[in-house]
Amino acid sequence: MKILLKNGSVKGEKVLDILIENDKIIKIGAPNSIQDNEAEIIDLTGLIVLPGLVDLHTHLREPGREDAETISTGSASAAKGGYTAVHAMANTLPVADTAGVVEQVWNLGKSVGLVDVYPIGAVTIGLLGENLAELSAMADSKARVRIFSDDGNCVSDPVLMRRALEYVKAFNGVIAQHAQEPRLTKNAQMNESTLSGQLGLTGWPAVAEEAIVARDVLLTEHVQSKLHVCHASTAGTVEILRWAKDKKVNVTAEVTPHHLFLSQIHCESYDAKFKVNPPLRREEDITELRKALAQGIIDVVATDHAPHPREDKEGEWNSAAFGMTGLETALAVVATAMIETKLMTWTDVARVMSEKPAEIGQLTEHGRPIAENEIANLCIIDPNASWKVDAKDTHSLSTNNPFDGMTLKSKVVHTIFRGRFSMKSGQVQK
Amino acid sequence: MKKHLVSASDLTKDDAVLVLDTAKELAAISDGLVKKLPTLRGRTVVNLFFEDSTRTRISFEAASKRLSADVINFSAKGSSVSKGESLKDTAQTLQSMGADAVVIRHGSSGAPHLLATRNWINAVVINAGDGTHEHPTQALLDAYTIRKQLRNNTGDLSGLRIAIVGDILHSRVARSNAILLKTLGATPIMVAPPTLLPVGIQDWSGEYSYNLDEVLPKVDAVMMLRVQQERMNDAYFPTAREYARNFGLNIRRQKTMQKHALVLHPGPMNRGMEITAEVADSANSVVIEQVANGVSVRMAVLYLLLGGTNNETGDNK
Repeated sequence: MKILLKNGSVKGEKVLDILIENDKIIKIGAPNSIQDNEAEIIDLTGLIVLPGLVDLHTHLREPGREDAETISTGSASAAKGGYTAVHAMANTLPVADTAGVVEQVWNLGKSVGLVDVYPIGAVTIGLLGENLAELSAMADSKARVRIFSDDGNCVSDPVLMRRALEYVKAFNGVIAQHAQEPRLTKNAQMNESTLSGQLGLTGWPAVAEEAIVARDVLLTEHVQSKLHVCHASTAGTVEILRWAKDKKVNVTAEVTPHHLFLSQIHCESYDAKFKVNPPLRREEDITELRKALAQGIIDVVATDHAPHPREDKEGEWNSAAFGMTGLETALAVVATAMIETKLMTWTDVARVMSEKPAEIGQLTEHGRPIAENEIANLCIIDPNASWKVDAKDTHSLSTNNPFDGMTLKSKVVHTIFRGRFSMKSGQVQK
Repeated sequence: MKKHLVSASDLTKDDAVLVLDTAKELAAISDGLVKKLPTLRGRTVVNLFFEDSTRTRISFEAASKRLSADVINFSAKGSSVSKGESLKDTAQTLQSMGADAVVIRHGSSGAPHLLATRNWINAVVINAGDGTHEHPTQALLDAYTIRKQLRNNTGDLSGLRIAIVGDILHSRVARSNAILLKTLGATPIMVAPPTLLPVGIQDWSGEYSYNLDEVLPKVDAVMMLRVQQERMNDAYFPTAREYARNFGLNIRRQKTMQKHALVLHPGPMNRGMEITAEVADSANSVVIEQVANGVSVRMAVLYLLLGGTNNETGDNK
């Protein structure tokens, strides 16, 4: 099977034709320089070609909460959003804290076949923050786990965090920390601010994130390991990351599309679709997060796609679940927040949504250059599309997308996964 | 007026004065031989209480009954709510039963806002206290009490300085009062140890202080808030005695206040903690009067939100 992609603008830099055979790019050349009578020809005039997107932070919910999402529906949602690889978070039921569970997730991802699903292993047994899970067994499993996280919970015990950072050095692992000091955030509902005081919602102070990030950066330097900071959400975290990178500490960080775009003001509606952990912050934080992403202080965009069934989101704020879906809107939100504002180019988007995440996940077949003999994982974007988000129009089983009703710029048109369309002209190819 | 009363900020100054003036007229009738008005005959008021609050519930119940409304008390305890029924299902059940007004008390901030904005229900929504957010009818009855005592029961509260003392952080009464007092032209002064003032207090309308002794001589009224037992075990202050020493209203402190200055408390009081028995029972204490005024003010709110728009069965006969 061959596909000839004509006149696509590779990373927005150069218009090229790309010939794909089986799962590989076999030829790249100037427009109209490649002829192939057997190939399906797709005209990409005016469209951007990026390496397939890679998500470092996806909640696929399976096993355990198949009412919210399954690996199948989450994979379809990812394909629709331009992703060719996702990292499935460990907070499933049972928790992905053994080789058995991570291999199950890995196998399910393979059998769906719309996107590569890389399981993230739990740091501690049951995410309880008490005893290390069998990290080495997960690393050696068929799922080849390299990223470990208790996401949803913070590894708050400093000794346990130190041990985890040390232990994963044996197999070049990385600890992805959900930075949230638990005592400072008991029953926390939204960003602590004048607004939280006025709304009567218990505050989640920025310092609860920053205190853990600072501690973990110092621990990482001390034991010479690797740290990844999940969903950085505050200007203060950016400052600490800047300091850490100046000191050459081996730390990377992600920011979510929603933290780049939505501020705490949405909490005024008491609409729990805006309830997320870490919470939506101030406009000043959004400004700093965008700058940090453009400058590389924050390395990647990760969705923290967190599907929840309707009944967990439509009630009163305090009892609603934390989290937002985001796989299908991530690219458009990043384009609207970063490209429309001229803070970044498409080359930068390729870096933060594909190349860097693949590097952090140690993936060898994603986030690669668009070049001959590379695996054909591609995301093709219409940069001029303007569209209104409809949360109900989704492949996810859940509709808790906070961008519902908002107009975004740029849209993923096709996704090519290992040489075949996983999504073509907006249609997921199941 | 807006359709619902969810927050004190739903009231303009004219609205607030209208509520107080209406309460005054209704109080005059309540003082007569026949306490009941036919205004809301045939209308159904549901008291939807997800938290225990006997005082607020019976105050609304008395207000509704004096206006001849049918009252249904829906208490979350022992109901399907304790079996996991959602707010939405409860609301839709009440809608099907033909509720004209829902008086809601809920432990989650914003629950009345959801009822008022989600199209689950057509009824008028009156917030009877939500989480640590607001309790607007309490603020109205406090304003009524202050106006009656210090402003001859007319007009607004312009120029008055009112101290609100205690657990501002968790108090819905303080939030509604801060808004309403400002609307009515008074200056609220929040007084508490720094641990019990919310982050961002400097952005609230009015003033704040950590020192009760400095504030007391310059105010026209002081509102003492109840200190919840659970705060005492969560490091908000070292000991109950230290709190009482610094923020309790005792006779010595009361003597530093102006002659006319009132003492208010939304109840129930912790005598000996935030207020001593001598002060609570003193001539300047209007705590008991607040309770009576609560019924009049809630009658006024129900009257204006329900009777005002659809009173063919009401008092114009």
